[in-house]
Amino acid sequence: MAQIIGLPKLSPTMEEGVLVRWTKKEGDKVSPGDLVAEVETDKANMDFNIEDDGVLLKLLVKEGDTVRLGAPVAIIGKAGEDVTALVAEAAKQGAGGGGAAAPTTTASAAPPKQMGVEDSAQAPAAQRPTTPPEQRAAQAAQATKPAAPPAAKTAPTPSGNGKILASPLAKTLAIELGIDLRTLQGSGPGGRIVERDVRAAAAGGGNGKAKAAPAAPAPAREREEAPEEPSQALAVRHARQMVPDTDADYEDVPASNVRKRIAVRLTEAKRDVPHFYLMRKLDAAPLLAFRARLNDLLGDRGKVSVNDLIIKAVALALRRVPECNAAWEGDAIRRYNRVHIGVAVAIEDGLVTPVVRDADQKGIGAIAAEVKDLAERAKRRGLKMHEIQGSTFSVSNLGMFGIERFTAIINPPEAGILAVGTTVDEPVVGKDGAIVAGKRLTVTMSCDHRVIDGALGARWLQAFAELFEKPESLAL
Amino acid sequence: MAVISYREALNQAMREEMERDPNVFIMGEEVGHYNGAYKVTQGMLQRFSERRVVDAPIAEMGFAGIGVGAAMVGLRPIIEFMTFNFSLVAIDQIVNNAAKIYQMSGGQYHIPIVFRGPSGPAVQVGSQHSQALESYYAHVPGLKVVMPATAYDAKGLLKSAIRDDNPIVFMEGETLYNTTWEVPESEELIPIGVADIKREGKDVTLIAWSRMVWTCLDAAKELAKEGIEAEVVDPRTLRPLDVETLAASVRKTGRCVIVEVGWPVAGFGAEVAYQMQRLCMDSLDAPIERVCSDDVPMPYAKNLEDEVQPQVKDVVAAVKRALYL
Repeated sequence: MAQIIGLPKLSPTMEEGVLVRWTKKEGDKVSPGDLVAEVETDKANMDFNIEDDGVLLKLLVKEGDTVRLGAPVAIIGKAGEDVTALVAEAAKQGAGGGGAAAPTTTASAAPPKQMGVEDSAQAPAAQRPTTPPEQRAAQAAQATKPAAPPAAKTAPTPSGNGKILASPLAKTLAIELGIDLRTLQGSGPGGRIVERDVRAAAAGGGNGKAKAAPAAPAPAREREEAPEEPSQALAVRHARQMVPDTDADYEDVPASNVRKRIAVRLTEAKRDVPHFYLMRKLDAAPLLAFRARLNDLLGDRGKVSVNDLIIKAVALALRRVPECNAAWEGDAIRRYNRVHIGVAVAIEDGLVTPVVRDADQKGIGAIAAEVKDLAERAKRRGLKMHEIQGSTFSVSNLGMFGIERFTAIINPPEAGILAVGTTVDEPVVGKDGAIVAGKRLTVTMSCDHRVIDGALGARWLQAFAELFEKPESLAL
Repeated sequence: MAVISYREALNQAMREEMERDPNVFIMGEEVGHYNGAYKVTQGMLQRFSERRVVDAPIAEMGFAGIGVGAAMVGLRPIIEFMTFNFSLVAIDQIVNNAAKIYQMSGGQYHIPIVFRGPSGPAVQVGSQHSQALESYYAHVPGLKVVMPATAYDAKGLLKSAIRDDNPIVFMEGETLYNTTWEVPESEELIPIGVADIKREGKDVTLIAWSRMVWTCLDAAKELAKEGIEAEVVDPRTLRPLDVETLAASVRKTGRCVIVEVGWPVAGFGAEVAYQMQRLCMDSLDAPIERVCSDDVPMPYAKNLEDEVQPQVKDVVAAVKRALYL
């Protein structure tokens, strides 16, 4: 018996994914555990391993399509089985028959499977009357017609977590009448959208208790999720007209999942973590000399970068001042017993922070080799989930771009990040008071003030400076 | 059609069935010479003699057990409890014998018995005599639980109960005996397990049985003054429950209020609410409401007794919550 395969949850916070590449094609035989596709999630590219046995009868999404969690992606069954009915069923559930726009559009609208018009007892799956496609198209078309303007006039329902509160009947009716619940203001308790709100919207009057707010710009979230949906598209066009006129020509570049995730995470971090910054200029000459000696010794067996030495120094400094290897837990400060250093790596459309685990216990050569491998795979999007999770402190280095100093945003739940600038040749006052040519490097520590106070941060930076300026201690 | 009392309807049902089948007999406290504590068996001793209208001692466990034994050997007993409060003394016979023997004998013994009598709070009879125990019996597989609200239902359902080959718990409304309804003179059997729409409406479904049907009909009149049309649906039988008729009404109105005179915790209305949300999920516009008695033993004082039980105002308030008014 052929069945529809939905997009599985491949990361803990995943809500949708981009199907990057199919590794199997229609007609291929698959067994449990086989890799069938690569999926870009909010965190990384993940392997989609199938759990069933059979033949891939139909691939329902194209490479590059965005698919909501659980939405149909493929049909599996026995060779030669007729899948026409299942393809139709999948189209109903939210995947298109490979159509580019279809997956996001229908999936973000209420999936009929979850909010069926029929009650479950009345129409079990087998006998559920299916709405003919023409009729569905007509309903969809209706949604773009006069039903939409009153909807656009009402303010979006406030909802704490982006969830729309609506009674089951209101949801059912909204599907029947082609009303977009996101555009309604609920009159029930807690803003719940109830039957009368949907009927009022359908009648074109807006609901009685709704605030007649002027068309507010559609929230960015909605624009991202369903740009193709007719009524939503209308709202977006409307919103754009409201933007103050500008002669700046522009182009909207769709944000990737990684980009969206970065936007959310960094906004949260900068908003919720009370940052303060400690800056220190260090004598880089001994470290550069030490690095040169190491690289001489290594010959063609590898290369150690300044950043590798800094990673090691940061890890050892965290051992010396373990209070900084910690996280704010709301009612406690969690001190980590292990030292895992996140290393920010720029990739094509964002950045990832692969983790060097137990960096305090690894040799410099091992760290160098590991960072090289992680960075290369990061650029190819080849990192696994466990390689980008669990860091306790991070390092970000823009020295190679000539940046002298900068401040970095903390990567929660970590309590600190060290921003490393470039090495600068500058005159320094030597031990005997004479001015000599020296090499200086500036580091800036961002601290979560809930965990690290100024004096504590300074103490850590002092420990770091000592390790940095006497680099032989990194080998101890 | 004649308009007769609930009491008279029960009396007619038993007389007709005893005329029809010589195996039917009635036994209980004061059913014979006293003509029944609530006069339901009025005149039956004269008509059918002491062989078939048996006055029992005050020993519910004993005569309920005799009834079960009689049913095992082919008679069709009607066991009257003076009130269902006293059935607690005999509950072992009902639950452990009547409800089990058919299954435990591998189908060798049918138990065609009716346990009947008044149930639910009456007026100032104290907490021990003011209980709605239908949830106890509706819990037990092997029993059928019938709770008529009108004279018409009482007659048709009692006749069906007497003819049924399974043990039936037939709970009459203690305060309903004097209520009247149109009852056809011709024989009419009402099947067990079929609900009845007592009043049609489109805005909200009130589900209630026994005396609460009357409370709901009064509440519906009040609501109609405000333009709210309530549908009153009476399951008439709690076990088996006609969920489809109830669900059809809830799907139509989108709102459901369940009214019972029993206590709230593990009350039968909770089961009804579960079934309705399961069957009507996509049609519900509001959470299902329940109106029950307060979670206390019945007080004796009249004002408190009224306050504890569901009243018209409580039903009206619940309906308005369900309508977001």
